[in-house]
Amino acid sequence: MPYHETMVKPMRDEVTRLGVRELRSVAEVDAALGPGEGTALVFVNSVCGCAAGAARPALGLALQHPNLPQHLYSVFAGQDLDATARARSYFAEYQPSSPSLALLQDGEVVHFIHRHMIEGRGPEAIARDLMGAFDKYCAAGKREQGAGSRE
Amino acid sequence: MPGHVFHPGHEELHGVTVVIEGSSGRTWVGRYHETNERGVAVLDVAIHDPATAAVPRATWIERIRKFGVRVDEPFVLLPAKEVGPITRLSEWMESSAKTPGASSHG
Repeated sequence: MPYHETMVKPMRDEVTRLGVRELRSVAEVDAALGPGEGTALVFVNSVCGCAAGAARPALGLALQHPNLPQHLYSVFAGQDLDATARARSYFAEYQPSSPSLALLQDGEVVHFIHRHMIEGRGPEAIARDLMGAFDKYCAAGKREQGAGSRE
Repeated sequence: MPGHVFHPGHEELHGVTVVIEGSSGRTWVGRYHETNERGVAVLDVAIHDPATAAVPRATWIERIRKFGVRVDEPFVLLPAKEVGPITRLSEWMESSAKTPGASSHG
């Protein structure tokens, strides 16, 4: 059952203020991920304090890296149920967990960080993992302007 | 609110994805909830039974590490006598390689 929105809003804001575009409906997910072009990071946000409490700051650290995905998206597990289910359908080979992060390149998952890879680790360690994937798959300065980008 | 914790006061492993090796030879992977007088409670659990499994346990756990936990049971309560070593999934290979059967909990 979803938490009350007022309780969750700070967790949404912690992500969206980084320039990550939150996808809250199936239509928004399909419009964002459907084309399957370029690189996109999908952050599956969560209220879980023990894991998401580290994942969100890790995302913030990683997004200071020079090499970044072209598109930055998030969905909120347990809150925006339909949007989250739809987003997960784009990386259906991976079992649902939250928080988690999927890096897609031309519609294919090239890097996935599960919840179990977040638990017990500090934001810096998680961010290093993410930045390593950015270096491998995302060329600097290729991010698209506008929706889903940080600008 | 970076670092915000929703459930303070729980055991260290609460909410952590663990591997539980059973005395029966079965293995469970899921989110540790708590240990109480009835046993160890685990959520969203994948179960490996060597009698019926298609792949050896090591392969099964490697697959979980890559693709995540495919849930067989949403909740399992394991009797204390069945529960062997409990290890974080993220540490399972390392701890098992160093010290077979090493327990990180319980």
